[in-house]
Amino acid sequence: MKAHYGYKDGSGDYFIIIDTDKCNGCQKCVEVCPYGVLEIIEDEFDIEGGSMAAVTEEHRKKIKYSCGPCKPITGERKLPCVLACEAKAIIHSW
Amino acid sequence: MSDNPEEFWRWREYRHTTPDMDWHNAKMITAGVDIGSVGSKAAVMLDGELYAYSAMRTGGVSEETAIKAMNWAIEETGLKTENINYVVGTGYGRVNVPFAKRTITEIACHARGAHYIYGPTVRTVLDIGGQDCKAIRCDEKGKVMSFLMNDKCAAGTGRGLEVFADLIRTPIEELGKTSLNVENEPQPVSNTCVIFAKAESVALLRQGWQKEKVSAAYHLAMVNRIIDLLTKVGIEKDFVVTGGVAKNPGIITRLERNLGIKPLEPKLDPILAGAIGSALFAKALYEKELGLR
Amino acid sequence: MITAGIDVGAKYVKIVFLEEGKNILTRASGVVGFDILKSVTVISEKALDNAGLTRDQITHIVATGMGRKATLKTPPINVEEIVPEVIADAKGAYHLVPTVKTVIDVGAEEGRGVKIDEKGKVRDFVINERCAAGAGTFIETMARALEVNVEDMGPLALKSTEVIPMNAQCAVFAESEVVSLIHSRVTKENISKAIHDAMAGRIASMVLRVGVEKDVALIGGVARNPGFKPPLEKELNTEILVPDHPQYVGALGAALLALKMEG
Repeated sequence: MKAHYGYKDGSGDYFIIIDTDKCNGCQKCVEVCPYGVLEIIEDEFDIEGGSMAAVTEEHRKKIKYSCGPCKPITGERKLPCVLACEAKAIIHSW
Repeated sequence: MSDNPEEFWRWREYRHTTPDMDWHNAKMITAGVDIGSVGSKAAVMLDGELYAYSAMRTGGVSEETAIKAMNWAIEETGLKTENINYVVGTGYGRVNVPFAKRTITEIACHARGAHYIYGPTVRTVLDIGGQDCKAIRCDEKGKVMSFLMNDKCAAGTGRGLEVFADLIRTPIEELGKTSLNVENEPQPVSNTCVIFAKAESVALLRQGWQKEKVSAAYHLAMVNRIIDLLTKVGIEKDFVVTGGVAKNPGIITRLERNLGIKPLEPKLDPILAGAIGSALFAKALYEKELGLR
Repeated sequence: MITAGIDVGAKYVKIVFLEEGKNILTRASGVVGFDILKSVTVISEKALDNAGLTRDQITHIVATGMGRKATLKTPPINVEEIVPEVIADAKGAYHLVPTVKTVIDVGAEEGRGVKIDEKGKVRDFVINERCAAGAGTFIETMARALEVNVEDMGPLALKSTEVIPMNAQCAVFAESEVVSLIHSRVTKENISKAIHDAMAGRIASMVLRVGVEKDVALIGGVARNPGFKPPLEKELNTEILVPDHPQYVGALGAALLALKMEG
């Protein structure tokens, strides 16, 4: 499943897309995020359960701002969460 | 019904029991309670078939609303909460359903519920709730393949329509119909922010535009916004719309016109999709508990 | 030589008449109506009248702001050139504060962050548009929900005693949140503070994308609100300068750019 966390508002699209089929719940993205945007949750999508990465409830409505410091307008952009994910399960839409 | 005729955003609450069904004959009685930000819905199923349901406005305390919605759904059936084998809570207030054994996210419940209401050909579910908009892609079993939820911003949500209903003093149930009373579609207002769209609408009304024309401009903006979100998960046939806004023909007609895809006609009130989906998950969970799965 | 700068904002038109690129002769403003061109014409003519000037005495006019396009080369004001807000902001702010490196402009419907070099040239900018939550309209909408005048919002916030978080990121949802805070007896002072904190948080994150370098100037209509600067300083962890008449900085910048048209 491709889980799109985030939103679209007047200023643009801001989604962190987590491919839950690839995510193994290793927690590395959670550890490297400087702003506590990510967490590991129990799968609430199916009765079988399992764990997977997700954007925390607190940050879902403001990730444009929460992730802002990792996304300078100019210069090299290194997103710690994307780099840490060996399964390549994390994509930022902006 | 609204006690105050000035509250144009208020919608009617209702309940229903399916005739010719008797819970005494059921092997499994399961229920789903969907506590949304604006409306709360309860659905009771007998062996996976819809038996009774209710839809009401969410009150200040979610726990109380959950109990009220459930009691109202089973009113006059003789059924008691204790007789229900398994209850699953979903929606924004899902953790506040006191008698629920488990919670499942509303995304999964809406996909599952849409699958029940519209049949297994459903691949794209658009749910427009009171304070959010969800675009869901699912497989032939009603399992979620991809989803996107926008609950940060009121644009493209039921709340955006409520704001407008109050502005043009038209009951929310009639809003969509009114918006179709135009010869040609006007230019849409801002589709990105309800506050700005409202300000633009006020300006258009002052300029002498008819209510209907302003309403068309507002609905069109909302539809453009929704289509924008839908295209992010991709639209595949069959396409269905659930949630309260599914009952607004001003939105549905324009979605069809601008997408070129006709949403399937619902056989049941699409506002119940989340509650039905959670009652179906409740059945699966109960079967698992009994070792049947 | 007298030049003029007209800043056609989402809510107000601001006009500056400038003599020899130094002396500000007039500052004038008025509300933008439905017909932008008509509003600009009426407000400009009134400003000319009050200053005892005629259109012929103004050598060059440059316009900026969201509604600038409507004014270009249109009689009777005949704006000769239009420039984007970030260019006008940078020019005006650099003129008033020559040490400025970061300009934060918060208007009624837009927020902007502009990075400028030591010569006043724009290096980088970021704009938050078409979302009321990141602009002055947010505070105005919340003032309505709180039933206080928008001018009183800042002073109220400064009298707060407690930090209350606000969860809603959308002005429409925040209205309901404010109403429920009132119902749970949170004071208007504390609610107002929460509103300013939330808005400052959003503007700060936007500005962080271009980076913050001292000196930092805050301009635009929202800069006049005393309740906004303290939480923004806290969020950005830096001191912020607010020039006098911050809402006219864009118009001043346009008037300065008009001077350049002389060649």
